[in-house]
Amino acid sequence: MLTKLAGGKVYDPAHGQDGVVRDIFIRDGRIVDGPGGDTPDRTYDLSGRIVMAGAIDMHTHIGGGKVTIARTLLPEDHRGDPAVREGLMRGGCGHAAPSTLTTGYRYAEMGYTAGFEPAVLPINARQAHMEMADVPLMDVGGYVMLGSDDFFLRLLSSGADQRLINDYVAWTIRSSQCIGVKVVNPGGISAFKFNQRKLDLDEDHTYYGVTPRQILQSLARAVHELGVPHPLHVHGCNLGVPGNVDTTLNTIAGIEGLPMHLTHVQFHSYGTEGDRKFSSGAARIAEAVNANKNITVDVGQILFGATVTASGDSMRQHANAGHANPAKWVCMDIECDAGCGVVPFKYRDQNFVNALQWCIGLEVFLMVEDPWRVFLTTDHPNGAPFTSYPHLIKLLMDRSFRNDMLATINPDAAALSNLGSLQREYSLYEIAIMTRAGAARLLGLSDRGHLGAGAGADITVYRPQDDVEKMFEAPDYVFKDGELVVDHGMIVNVVWGNVHTIRPEYDRSIEGRLKDYFDRYLTMHVDNFPISDWELEGDGRSKILIHPCRTGGRS
Amino acid sequence: MSDQVSVEIRSNVPSPFCGIASDDLQIQVSGLDVRVVANGDAVTTPAFELPVEALKPRVAGVECSLDEACARAAELISRSHYPVFSGFGTDVNDTRAALSLIDRCRGVFDQKRSEPSLRNLLVVADSGWMATTLGEVKNRADVLVVFGTDIEDAFPRFFERFVWNSETLFGQDPATREVIYIGREPSGRAAYAPDGRAPWVLPCPSESWPDVAAALSALARGARLQASEIGGLAIGDLQKVVERLKNASYSVVTWAAGQLDFPNADLTVQQLCQLVVVLNETTRSGVLPLGGQNGDKTAAQVCAWQTGYPTRVSFARGYPEFDPFLFGTDRLLASGEADLLVWVASLSTLPLPVTDVPTIVIARSGMRCEREPEVFIPVGTPGIDHVGHAYRCDSVVALPLYKLRESGLPSAQAVLQGIENALDAL
Ligand SMILES: [Zn+2]
Ligand SMILES: [Zn+2]
Repeated sequence: MLTKLAGGKVYDPAHGQDGVVRDIFIRDGRIVDGPGGDTPDRTYDLSGRIVMAGAIDMHTHIGGGKVTIARTLLPEDHRGDPAVREGLMRGGCGHAAPSTLTTGYRYAEMGYTAGFEPAVLPINARQAHMEMADVPLMDVGGYVMLGSDDFFLRLLSSGADQRLINDYVAWTIRSSQCIGVKVVNPGGISAFKFNQRKLDLDEDHTYYGVTPRQILQSLARAVHELGVPHPLHVHGCNLGVPGNVDTTLNTIAGIEGLPMHLTHVQFHSYGTEGDRKFSSGAARIAEAVNANKNITVDVGQILFGATVTASGDSMRQHANAGHANPAKWVCMDIECDAGCGVVPFKYRDQNFVNALQWCIGLEVFLMVEDPWRVFLTTDHPNGAPFTSYPHLIKLLMDRSFRNDMLATINPDAAALSNLGSLQREYSLYEIAIMTRAGAARLLGLSDRGHLGAGAGADITVYRPQDDVEKMFEAPDYVFKDGELVVDHGMIVNVVWGNVHTIRPEYDRSIEGRLKDYFDRYLTMHVDNFPISDWELEGDGRSKILIHPCRTGGRS
Repeated sequence: MSDQVSVEIRSNVPSPFCGIASDDLQIQVSGLDVRVVANGDAVTTPAFELPVEALKPRVAGVECSLDEACARAAELISRSHYPVFSGFGTDVNDTRAALSLIDRCRGVFDQKRSEPSLRNLLVVADSGWMATTLGEVKNRADVLVVFGTDIEDAFPRFFERFVWNSETLFGQDPATREVIYIGREPSGRAAYAPDGRAPWVLPCPSESWPDVAAALSALARGARLQASEIGGLAIGDLQKVVERLKNASYSVVTWAAGQLDFPNADLTVQQLCQLVVVLNETTRSGVLPLGGQNGDKTAAQVCAWQTGYPTRVSFARGYPEFDPFLFGTDRLLASGEADLLVWVASLSTLPLPVTDVPTIVIARSGMRCEREPEVFIPVGTPGIDHVGHAYRCDSVVALPLYKLRESGLPSAQAVLQGIENALDAL
């Protein structure tokens, strides 16, 4: 099967193509250089259309225990957005904690073809994968959460050799079938179980006597030395705490040049200036990101409205539970492995703090210079549901729209922000970097996020419109692995995506230690812990893609 | 026939039946015969050892092919205006296939034991909770409060596996753990410490449990109570329980909702959850709702992620809707709203309701029906006849289930897909 996409205006930053009019050929799900003398079976005339790779959401909570806790917590949210069975689409629900099926349809309708669940608890990885397997039309992958698990903390506090830690990290990535490693409130989830209520970057965990700084260094080194393409994915200390901009800057300095990704950095960019002791630290964060090429960030933009915050950070979620709206929440300690907290929330444009959070996120977007190192996220659903991405893109691309919005929010917050003075407008090329090429590069997905030969044919075709929000809301065509799946807003084919993984090498002798540890302390046998390939591929829907690790990472 | 039946021993077999996902079972398999030879218990062993009976489907009591049975089931479903699917009792893939079919025929998803589950789920949806898991209990708990529940009756290995374990991660000697029973008395000695120390038991009649739970929660908040006793328990004793919890480093409050079988039991669960929320203002504590045996929890989890709601979901209007009262199987059958019952239970063999509406049963071979249903399709059991996945009670850990024998029985998933395909062919 040969398909020709003829004459579209191609935005493919991985190949430096900024609006180049050209044809794209797809053969058996992959992009190929040319027709090779064959006549295309199908041709789409894309003249006047904009062509990009399928979008990649590199941080979105689409599967796993806490998402389903959020679902169970919020029946009223589902009632407000029922998703009717229609055509090829099954019934479900949308908004803040959508059903898995609806998640896939709605992402695809916006031209997204991949999403990565950033908080996969090792012990809950099976659930994360089973839920993601029920997200149609999307490639998926996960970052496995470490740093508050007792096996790691015991290694670190006993002064174990870094090589041993690397082996454990590699074993965990493989067991959980993940593609990266995330750390959430380093050590803090564990400390909370010992009744510690805060844990600063250089504060000792009361039981283990190690600090978040040590945890970050050890995990970032492990990820680097194992050759894991995606840098350590860090949800830092003190989420949401005024003054945490200093923590974040110290975190950047403390990693000593190792690659590190700071996630939902908006929530970690707060100062304490002004009458209300809450101010924007975005300029300082952006300056540090601009100066430190080892650092990447995604923003975790908040947008106004009701949503739910679902996080592995049980310590901070418990501290913020009083703000729950509606007034109900779940926190959980999990299996000497991790924890979670789920707190529904309403961001209000007339609320000073929320309005300033909105500004801070946009300031970060606009002041970080290199679009290859900043990523478009709302930390779905924590800052806002993913369905608000087209609106967020418009805020970035259209300064007059942004300033109109700025004029409507809490005036004290607006006055404290430099947002109105920021001239920058993102170009389509830069949006394509942030949501495609950059994300794929950051994760080590060589066959996604671009439109060159060999890429999986995940392709989105937009009709240019004056209102970019409208344009990004409803592409004309979306192709998933070469199959047309969305045609002018209609799902015309339901296919199932790939699971992106890596398989770092490690010394198998760690398994003896793990067996002993599982036998003595945990509640399952170590052999039943790793997720086997049959579990992901057995029913014929998902396919595992294994990406290579860098070689020579080990110093 | 060469009937050289080989005998095989399988180790570390996970149990989908016990609700605490014991995965240390030793099982001997010879032909269709399955024997638990080590680490079984009164719940798990009979569930594994249930003999296979029917191997062929029946329509109106007459044996037929699987295709014929699926075609007849599809016919009944297509004629039905409001089919109710219940049982569940299933693993992940069986539930997925069922939801696909229910969505398509605008039916209802309910469970044999959704009433007990709802006693917890309604609390989550109303106020939330602060929960813990079995592994945290095993390593951290210093005080365990058991409310209104005889744990060992439903979870025979709970104490052995998670309370009287030999060592913990943080140097605590598990033998020193304090166990407090409130309401129901334990039926055996599982809650006795290894040195013979008995649990502290505060028995009271179930009518008083809502008040006792409310009193504990109020006392934890620092309220002074007018009464001097509740359900025969001295307020001073309840105050002592609260003091003990406040002084604990990590206390756990547990119950099995199936044993809180009285009207509005969710309000009692809610009081226990409030108690734990208050305790967490100064120390650490978590609730541990026990339950979810035989695939109850598994089916509810899949339903939650695919529809947004864990159980009692109707697709009648073309999208999932949840109502804990309206969409109950017994109510729908009694009121005459449901005109077809589809019973799906690949793990559980609990009886189905006796009803006059046509009934399709897709159940574990060995399951007995009081009345012959219109269609009976025996299926294999996940974790015995084919691979699968099952959750344990804390909703966090799902275990892989393995195939132990070759029975030739189809999975419920395959049968449900077969029925959906047969609907296409109509
Ligand atoms: Zn996070
Ligand atoms: Zn996140």
